[in-house]
Amino acid sequence: MKANKFWAWLVFGLGAAYFIVPLVATFIFSLRMRRNELSFDAYASVFSDPRFYATFGYSLAIGAITIVVGVLVVVPAVYFVRLRMPWLRPIMEFVTLLPLIIPALVLVYGYIRLYNSSSILPFTSTVLGTDILLTGAYVTLALPYMYRAVDNGMRTIDIGTLTEAAQIAGANQLQIIGQIILPNILVAILSGAFLTFAIVIGEFTIASLLNRPAFGPYLVGMGTNRAYEPAALAIISFIITWGAMGMINVLGRFAPRTSARTD
Amino acid sequence: MAPFLEVNNLTKSFGTNTVVKSVNFAFEKGEFISLLGPSGCGKTTILRMIAGVENPTSGSIKVDGQDITGLKPNQRQLGMVFQAYALFPNLNVGDNIGFGLKIAGMPAEQRRARVDEMLKLIGLPGFEKRFPYEMSGGQQQRVALARAIAPRPRMLLLDEPLSALDAKIRVSLREEIRAIQLELGITTVFVTHDQEEALSISDRIVVMNTGNIEQLGAPHEIYNKPATRFVATFVGHLNTIEGTVLDAAARTVDIDGQTVTVHALPATATSNAPISLTLRPEVLSVGPRDGNDITLTGTISDVTFLGSVIRLRVALGRNIISLDTFNDQRTAPPARNEPITISLASKDLLVL
Repeated sequence: MKANKFWAWLVFGLGAAYFIVPLVATFIFSLRMRRNELSFDAYASVFSDPRFYATFGYSLAIGAITIVVGVLVVVPAVYFVRLRMPWLRPIMEFVTLLPLIIPALVLVYGYIRLYNSSSILPFTSTVLGTDILLTGAYVTLALPYMYRAVDNGMRTIDIGTLTEAAQIAGANQLQIIGQIILPNILVAILSGAFLTFAIVIGEFTIASLLNRPAFGPYLVGMGTNRAYEPAALAIISFIITWGAMGMINVLGRFAPRTSARTD
Repeated sequence: MAPFLEVNNLTKSFGTNTVVKSVNFAFEKGEFISLLGPSGCGKTTILRMIAGVENPTSGSIKVDGQDITGLKPNQRQLGMVFQAYALFPNLNVGDNIGFGLKIAGMPAEQRRARVDEMLKLIGLPGFEKRFPYEMSGGQQQRVALARAIAPRPRMLLLDEPLSALDAKIRVSLREEIRAIQLELGITTVFVTHDQEEALSISDRIVVMNTGNIEQLGAPHEIYNKPATRFVATFVGHLNTIEGTVLDAAARTVDIDGQTVTVHALPATATSNAPISLTLRPEVLSVGPRDGNDITLTGTISDVTFLGSVIRLRVALGRNIISLDTFNDQRTAPPARNEPITISLASKDLLVL
């Protein structure tokens, strides 16, 4: 038993070291901007750069729109497939996995070919059009995570019976989704939202090829021109992403409880 | 007077499988009706078609003279209670009960008053701020009942509302449901597979089997005069005795070497033909009794002590029948393998 635990801890320690050592090294490096002294100068430099705020703000806005569009597309789709067309579920599972299989590069080249300025839908000819295209791409990229989060949320409540109960009480479809289904899967939706946010905030390929001022291309640009700031930015993005993941855990505790007391 | 609930030629098929076969019934306002039958007999499907969550393949449903067959569930003004409670987990008790009222656009003040009234009715005053997960199954089901009747529906539909509860609460809640139904005078359709539940609270019972109505009648009619063998075996306990007709004209039957004269035989009965006779356990008495004109002797093969009642299994030969006798605290209960004489009235021996 003890020997087993020793090996388990050793494997865990090695795995953790593989992950943590580079992170610690990056953090220490980010503190070495001032010669022979540890300081937060690199962080100060990052936070004094107006492009940091501009690109982060842009990605934040695109992320928020992506989440709203994703929820509007995924929640009704999952709801109706679970309720009315359960035979479509395997197809839904497959389709929502495609963004994990198709590289972002292929996706964005496809978009550029389909929606360039000489096509019928010339999205790329205007800034707004390109932003819409970028949002569409991010909705697609986040689909596997948003779909699974929402699907898991709906699995925990009996949406069929709740829908019937609400219908018989006089509610229409919109009232049922808005007042019963959405509030009951809110925590699941927020989990999907934070995952989406984590993807959008660091995404480089699509934003760069569509030439949009997002946070991902800014991070890469900094990496090619500066020494210490990219390390500081890497730590900042880690904190943001982990913050988002931590929020999922915190929110999990507020999930609606459906079982009756047994006393 | 026109019936309040009228179901005409109601049929439901799922693919090639017809689960409800041209069912007809009509009930008066204020009646408590039970749809009783085993799993898969079509009783829940009928209830769901009345509620509007299932579309009939053919036929019509009328409530208070209005044909509601084509209406959506939210246009039918009905209340329904589900087996799994189906309370909205995100809403507290008050908001659950007030949900239908809010949808109907009732002002908050009136809504609160109605919710309070409902909470008093179900015996849970002061529970409005609790969430469903903080309540027991019985309490949740009472809230579900309050939610169903709060908007003053035209009819109340109950889909096996007691099945998920433990035995004691099941009995007390069914009495409460009946008391509330009588107080409000609301026409109620109750689906159950539990014959005791149906017999105890219904004005009339529809016994169903494989999509058809086997019998429709008051509880005592269903129990005392079962129309078919299915009804006789499904509702209550029934003994079946296999015998041989000795003389069809004299109505004599041989039961394991003992000759009895029965009240009636079917017109098709012929001498020396096998025949099945049925009787309820409670029509049998231990020893002779006034009014009992048939006496049989046998051996006690099993004794089950049920508290106030003792159930005996008596072997007459190859036929084994059950009978119930009251527990007498002053004498020891009968023992296994003891000889026993039992009697019954010939009119209680049914040929189905």
